Amino acid sequence: MGKYIAQRIGYMLITLFLIATISFFLMHFLPGTPITNENKLSPEQREIILETYGLNDPLPVQYVKYMGGLVTGDLGVSFQYDNRGVTQILMDRIGPSMQLGAQALLIGTILGVLLGLVAAIYHNGFMDYTSTIVAVLGTSIPSFVFAALLQYVLAVQLGWFPVATWEGFSYTILPTIALAIFPMATCARFVRTEMIEVLGEEYITTARAKGLKGSAIIFKHGIRNALIPLITVLGPLAVGLLTGTLVIEKVFAVPGIGQQFVSSVTTNDFPIIMGTTLLFAVFFIVMLLIIDILYGLIDPRIRLAGGK
Amino acid sequence: MEKILEVKDLKVSFKTHGGEVQAVRGVTFDLHKGETLAIVGESGSGKSVTTKTLMGLLPKPHGFVKEGSITFDNKDITKLKESELQKIRGKDISMIFQDPMTSLNPTMKVGTQIMEGLIKHQNMGKAEAREKAIELMNLVQIPNPEARMKQYPHQFSGGMRQRVVIAIALACNPRVLIADEPTTALDVTIQAQILELMKDIQKKVDTSIIFITHDLGVVANVADRVAVMYAGKIVEIGTVDEVFYNPKHPYTWGLLGSMPTLESDEEELFAIPGTPPDLIAPPKGDAFAARNKFALEIDFVEQPPMFKVSDTHYAATWLLHEDAPKVEPPESVKKRIESMDHSEEATR
Repeated sequence: MGKYIAQRIGYMLITLFLIATISFFLMHFLPGTPITNENKLSPEQREIILETYGLNDPLPVQYVKYMGGLVTGDLGVSFQYDNRGVTQILMDRIGPSMQLGAQALLIGTILGVLLGLVAAIYHNGFMDYTSTIVAVLGTSIPSFVFAALLQYVLAVQLGWFPVATWEGFSYTILPTIALAIFPMATCARFVRTEMIEVLGEEYITTARAKGLKGSAIIFKHGIRNALIPLITVLGPLAVGLLTGTLVIEKVFAVPGIGQQFVSSVTTNDFPIIMGTTLLFAVFFIVMLLIIDILYGLIDPRIRLAGGK
Repeated sequence: MEKILEVKDLKVSFKTHGGEVQAVRGVTFDLHKGETLAIVGESGSGKSVTTKTLMGLLPKPHGFVKEGSITFDNKDITKLKESELQKIRGKDISMIFQDPMTSLNPTMKVGTQIMEGLIKHQNMGKAEAREKAIELMNLVQIPNPEARMKQYPHQFSGGMRQRVVIAIALACNPRVLIADEPTTALDVTIQAQILELMKDIQKKVDTSIIFITHDLGVVANVADRVAVMYAGKIVEIGTVDEVFYNPKHPYTWGLLGSMPTLESDEEELFAIPGTPPDLIAPPKGDAFAARNKFALEIDFVEQPPMFKVSDTHYAATWLLHEDAPKVEPPESVKKRIESMDHSEEATR
């Protein structure tokens, strides 16, 4: 197991290196520099700034410098925010995004799994149709529509929650709900399909032939087998939610990383773009590793190499 | 002999989009204590549906019992509620399934799967059930049971898995054991082992077995009596000797004649032409008439009743009527029967 994880981490570093390289060059192939939009600067001043930050160096030189910094953990400084360190900015920003994402993931998954299970157990019944409709609406209506609705009804009309901004737990509730709808709908649809399939398996008939009660069959033989494949869906879903979502953060004025990313792209803030991209990449590949390890723990048919 | 199970005029149908499929169209038989009754017939003849009905395992709500009764323990199984059926299933009547690759839960330890029935029906605690499970694994000859208990199905070979399935079925000493083609999915050498094991176990635990198969070789090996099913009905029933050496129904002739033997390389197999009838709209007369070259006119008009051949041997064919012309089985089938006779004698 330890050897397997070490090997995986090795591969992860290679992947990260490739991602860093590719995004670095892609970013620099686009026209413009971080100060292209600064109209007040004179040509001389521009030249001085470009020279100071090494933006006049040939691209390979800039690349080597950047990667050198990266190895030592230095992500550079931001152009937009008065030379603050990228690491510091990302740290400040990732907090709200992760909190929202985690809350939404938790609520969405639990509700979605329940909805999916109920739909499968009462297959073709009233509950099934209800949950299917909820799932279809949840996946097809964009989250900002829900966000606006929630704000209007629960915050403006009823006044139960604050409309926007980020000043405490009560401020997280509406964005969490808005964010949770998509994972809920996705989980519900997925779990329903899996559970219906599992309930049709031969080993469920074996369990019935043993004389087990319906509930025992569903809990002991059904749910575990139906939920294992869900891990595959949850991984990418979790990364998407935890790394911030542009629209919801914008609508609720959450100081998260999604908003940050957009403004960095529009101002060509190279170090922030690189930093955010790498952060997302790290999240994603760590999540993939976690999924693989979880699979090994939950599904006895998959045992990781070397682990016994 | 003591009757343990009595099936009377059982009719089972399935609702489908195309109409009502009459899968079982009036089946009557008894099961005696300690005997092995084989039910043979081709796919779709209703043999699996019959046995699923015995356990109340018809897929609901599409499958339903239309008529008839199944008497077990002075109770009619077809009338029992689900909760009452649960008390019988796995305890008094249990089942061995066809494909051991899919009939075990892949994410549950094998030991737990054997213990479940014991805990449910025998009020055993975990420790006691564990001991009994190890005992059962010894009975079905799984080596090293203590270690095997903690393993998952994928760590077992096909033959070993089927032993586990048998252990699960035997857990509560059932009075009736239904084996639904238990060797079909296995290698030939493993088939023989499993059959030997089942015969062996039957001697030890004295249970009655209903053995579903389409393999006549298996029937000759394990069964005391045999019922031949065609298109949802039993067309011939008798002891193995009666049905194999003195078959009366042309369909039975066809089954025996289409069975390849080691000696049959030169002679042709007696293949039954055509396909079974559509059970959404079964024919008016004998369902086999259209494929039967010995069919009489009345076969197309009226269904034959069960004619008595001996006290234990019955067949549903108008050929047994006193007014019917005397018809002998085709030569190739006769030869087949004779050769079976010799090979049987040789092995005895």
